[in-house]
Amino acid sequence: MSALIRPGEVLDNRWIEIADDADLPASGQVILSWARWLSLDGQIPTGDLQIGLRLPNTLDVVAHASQLQSHPLLVLDFPSFADGRAYSQARLLKARLGYRGELRAAGQAVVRDQLQSLQNCGFDSYQLRGDQDPALCIGAFADFSASYQPNLLAMRKRLRPGSHAPLAQ
Amino acid sequence: MYRYDQYDQTLVDERVIQFRDQTRRYLAGELPADEFRALRLRNGLYVQRFAPMLRIAIPYGLLSSRQLRMLGHIARTYDKHYGHFTTRQNIQFNWPALERVPDILADLASVQMHAIQTSGNCIRNVTSDHLAGVAADELLDPRPYCELTRQWATFHPEFNWLPRKFKIAFSAAGGDRAAIRVHDIGVQIVRNDAGELGYTIYVGGGLGRTPIIGPMVREFLPEADLLSYFEAVLRVYNRLGRRDNIYKARIKILVKETGLAAFRQMVEAEWEQIKDSELRLQPGDLDAMRARFDTFDYDPSAASDTSFDAHLAADSAFAAWARRNLQPHRVAGYKVAFVSLKAQGIAPGDMTDTQMDAVAELADRYAFGEVRVTHDQNLVLADVRQGDLYPLWQSLRDLGLATPNIGLLTDLICCPGLDFCSLANAGSIGVAQDIFDLFDNLDDQHDIGPIKVKMSGCMNGCGHHSVGHIGILGVDKKGEEWYQVTLGGSAENDASLGDRTGPSFSRDEIAPAVQKIIDVYLRMRNSEDETFLACYRRIGMAPFKAELYATEAA
Ligand code: SF4
Repeated sequence: MSALIRPGEVLDNRWIEIADDADLPASGQVILSWARWLSLDGQIPTGDLQIGLRLPNTLDVVAHASQLQSHPLLVLDFPSFADGRAYSQARLLKARLGYRGELRAAGQAVVRDQLQSLQNCGFDSYQLRGDQDPALCIGAFADFSASYQPNLLAMRKRLRPGSHAPLAQ
Repeated sequence: MYRYDQYDQTLVDERVIQFRDQTRRYLAGELPADEFRALRLRNGLYVQRFAPMLRIAIPYGLLSSRQLRMLGHIARTYDKHYGHFTTRQNIQFNWPALERVPDILADLASVQMHAIQTSGNCIRNVTSDHLAGVAADELLDPRPYCELTRQWATFHPEFNWLPRKFKIAFSAAGGDRAAIRVHDIGVQIVRNDAGELGYTIYVGGGLGRTPIIGPMVREFLPEADLLSYFEAVLRVYNRLGRRDNIYKARIKILVKETGLAAFRQMVEAEWEQIKDSELRLQPGDLDAMRARFDTFDYDPSAASDTSFDAHLAADSAFAAWARRNLQPHRVAGYKVAFVSLKAQGIAPGDMTDTQMDAVAELADRYAFGEVRVTHDQNLVLADVRQGDLYPLWQSLRDLGLATPNIGLLTDLICCPGLDFCSLANAGSIGVAQDIFDLFDNLDDQHDIGPIKVKMSGCMNGCGHHSVGHIGILGVDKKGEEWYQVTLGGSAENDASLGDRTGPSFSRDEIAPAVQKIIDVYLRMRNSEDETFLACYRRIGMAPFKAELYATEAA
């Protein structure tokens, strides 16, 4: 069973994936596909239903910003180990659009060896691929104690005279 | 040299630990082979024809003597006593054992080196002019910009899983020695009419199956906006580059299929959103980066030396070397000395551990402890007092590193080909040797003048054949090695792609075909000053075709 984690802890997943042909419940926290969401065409059951969306990694999130912002959960998809498109979606959602909800990574690339990059692109939670050991994965957030990105503040600070001396070679 | 601080060092050290663990998990069966493959490629490790191949990064071609000694140590300890310098200013080792690669990376980290992003679909090692900082035709030293770019690109979390590999090259000189227009992004550092520094940006150049000379995407980008513009280009590419077909995945295809105007518009629209972000360079950022590079105390009395001229007059072998293998330095009394890695019986770009140690020693003695790698697969000692050139030459000659052929026919570049590379259709090293044998006479080579022969063992074009004045491409014909020839390519300011001569040549025919091409040129040039490239551009393909294919018709 695949675990949901964030740095430091395994999370309870309270969100339920609803298949495209299944009925919507009246309440609870559900994840709908983007296609399903579009087909609802704004006809959302009134009541206590919270809707998260699973987005295809080809979606232009900036063009659809107004439809995404209000959802408390967005799940970005990594359909294969080497397909990095959702990394850009994540940065656009967080850095550009200021998305405040939970940004979750899911799919084949959500494995120990990619977690820290995912984190640096702004993801909040990680639906691990089924074969991953959550305890080891949580450790992977500490693989690198520093980063040159995503912005240059760290670089700028350390390049200032006196802040970080060059090492002897 | 750029010197690491603790921050840089920590990152490479942690990378070693990470890769050691990935290797362990792979060997223990805990990491799927295809995933380990993608991860090891990001540490420069291929599995080649006979053994793994490890490609080590030499950022913008710059090495300290200590680093070169370490490469010698690696050649000795983990390989068969040699390494191979590549057309991207890196070095490859062809025989390391997979299990020991983490140890090699740890050794490298101890001298501020790594193999990060030397392969895989990510941003590769940044390349630049091998004469950076000493060339007379240079606007300013491009290396601080390269280092800034290296840091921005290293482990960039968003751009580590691109559709395909991504190469960036910088030039800041009048003459482009970095082949910037055959890179995914080529940057020319310029000063505009108002006297401000900035960049002309080319995107979507590349060699391989679909060679393209990169079109200009922005004529003038202000100096502060370098990284935000890179980020905009990469983001457009990461989102929209094709992932359905490996042969159409480079950014050049995206630019071509989108159309330059539309592509430019997308990049500019993205850049508009981020140009004022923290990616914008602030006053002082580049100065701070510049300050991290060593500067040299040049000897003010270097120019008063008279021994150099005396040796030139007295020793014709030295004079021949000086004529071909030296270039002017912008400081009076200094010269740039080329160390030729093209010698009879040696695969172009190969160097032994003993030679590495010895050149490191010479660099310490004569060149401020610094060595550069050129994309023509030679080395450069960039700052040598003219009074030291004679003893330097004597030492290089004894090491077999003083072939006076820089820029001449036998200074050809060539990929590893069938001897090492699993993708190869044909051998290239053997052909290089045949050509060496045919044109061994240096006087003949001098007579032929500057010419760039470039050879690749397959379409991937690691030997840059499409931009060779004479390009040779290995093709497979029913299991046999054949060679296609192109003429008139160039990777410099006047960049162009070569034209095919016609049907390909067999292994036995290829060196003689080069001979015929040279014969036509020598016959048809209008003076000794007309180079091969200029002559070809004037007379066109017809005379070459006639000579090459004449016997078949007869
Ligand atoms: S050009 Fe082809 S044969 Fe040569 S190194 Fe590249 S991939 Fe291998």
